[in-house]
Amino acid sequence: MLIIFLGLSGFFTWLYGSDVFLVGQASLQSFFAVAYWTLFFFTPAITMRTIAEEKRTGTIELILTKAVSDWQLIVGKYLACLMLIGVALLSTLPFYFTLTNIGPVDHGAVICGYLGLLLMSSAYISIGIFSSCISNNQIVSFLLSLLIGVFFLIIFQALSSNFTGVIGSILSYLSISDHYQSLSRGVVDSRDIIYFVSITVFALMMAESYLIRRNLSEK
Amino acid sequence: MDIIVEGLTKYYDVQKAVDDISFTVKTGEILGFLGPNGAGKTTTMKILTCYIAASAGSVTIGPHNVKDDQEIIKKSIGYLPENNPLYTEMPVMEYLAYVAELQGVSSSMMRERIGEMIRVCGLNDEKHKKIEELSKGYRQRVGLAQAMIHDPEILILDEPTSGLDPNQIVQIRELIKSLGKHKTVILSTHILPEVEATCDRILIINRGAIVADGTAETLRKQAQGQELLTVKIEGGTGDQVIKAIQAIDTVEMVDPVSKDNLTLTVQSKAEATSIKAIFDLCVAKKWYLMQLTPLETRLEDIFRDLTLN
Repeated sequence: MLIIFLGLSGFFTWLYGSDVFLVGQASLQSFFAVAYWTLFFFTPAITMRTIAEEKRTGTIELILTKAVSDWQLIVGKYLACLMLIGVALLSTLPFYFTLTNIGPVDHGAVICGYLGLLLMSSAYISIGIFSSCISNNQIVSFLLSLLIGVFFLIIFQALSSNFTGVIGSILSYLSISDHYQSLSRGVVDSRDIIYFVSITVFALMMAESYLIRRNLSEK
Repeated sequence: MDIIVEGLTKYYDVQKAVDDISFTVKTGEILGFLGPNGAGKTTTMKILTCYIAASAGSVTIGPHNVKDDQEIIKKSIGYLPENNPLYTEMPVMEYLAYVAELQGVSSSMMRERIGEMIRVCGLNDEKHKKIEELSKGYRQRVGLAQAMIHDPEILILDEPTSGLDPNQIVQIRELIKSLGKHKTVILSTHILPEVEATCDRILIINRGAIVADGTAETLRKQAQGQELLTVKIEGGTGDQVIKAIQAIDTVEMVDPVSKDNLTLTVQSKAEATSIKAIFDLCVAKKWYLMQLTPLETRLEDIFRDLTLN
């Protein structure tokens, strides 16, 4: 998985299309644009088995009857996935070191870009974990998290251009691309950070409420 | 810690899986949970271990209620779920260490506890293998080891001996028995001799309701009522023997088993015993008493009576 991610993003950054050499600037802009898409597919592939696999093999019963609460389980899964993404992003650091040798790099923009990628992955991870809670089947949860992801990535954006006024601005606020782009350009705005963090927290809470339903006494 | 279950009811959608059951298990008691498939055994265990919530009724474990103090209760329970799910990609030792840490075993005790579990469950030869490489019986041992790793006050075991070889079954039974002396143990099983061999008390449930509760002996007495004896006598002719035995006042019925009428099944009247009378009869007539065996109702028969309606 890691190798595919690195291979894809490396290929598009250095060799194909509007790569670093074509643009003629020592900037990671093209890498961030590629990672924006690769992470979109990469993250659900990591999260799809988190809860779904536990439910299929029955180990979820094992772990939740230990001294672990549903919330702890979900946050644990989230942190594990975030760490994996973190490692993936760390392994792209050689791109950055190579660039600094080629020419002057805007270090602030790079740091912000990485922050943006991490925040975006965090939102995708929590959406992925929520999807994983819903189904016992990994493929279903993969597709479901892609579907939810597509809403945030494209559909809200597309819809917002068709609406005006409050609805339009809400939809455009919900779209990931605006928030990500301003971050990857090097603008750290608390609104963007709050946006990603709140998606993360909300999706994780949804995941917990879905999981904990079995342990609530219904009428 | 005592377990007190009161009026426990659980619905799955509209289906009633557990129907208003109440029972108490005391410290130092081993309770055997019996019942046909789908009777509600596993559901009850899942509720006791805080995995699913009951629709109605209460479960109190020690001073805690399963609704409010899940964290404390989960720590004091060792649970072996049905079908023994395990993280099969982990090596045995690592897995036990992981479970021990989750259950709050201190790092100074960790090595000792893991070593103890490996020894008790006979895992020494397999301890470095991944769980997925183990046979079913060894996986079952790992399941037992992880349930007992934190030395819990309460053990809840869903079919603990399934998949084990006969030697191991005996070992595990002995282990459960010795643990049961100062802990609270609930185990479910289909194997009836196992219940007799290990449990102090038997609870038979059928269709979500308790149909019998007591020791193997009391259940037998309830089911049986009348004494049944197999008697074999030599030294007289068949007719003489039957007539003489029928003349005893405590005997209700005599059935010949063998053709020569010398082996008989003797049924006594309710709450009476004919053993001494038969012995005295043989002495008086100078017959040889070759066999005099009380026929016990087997647990299987009781089980069948109670669960097939």
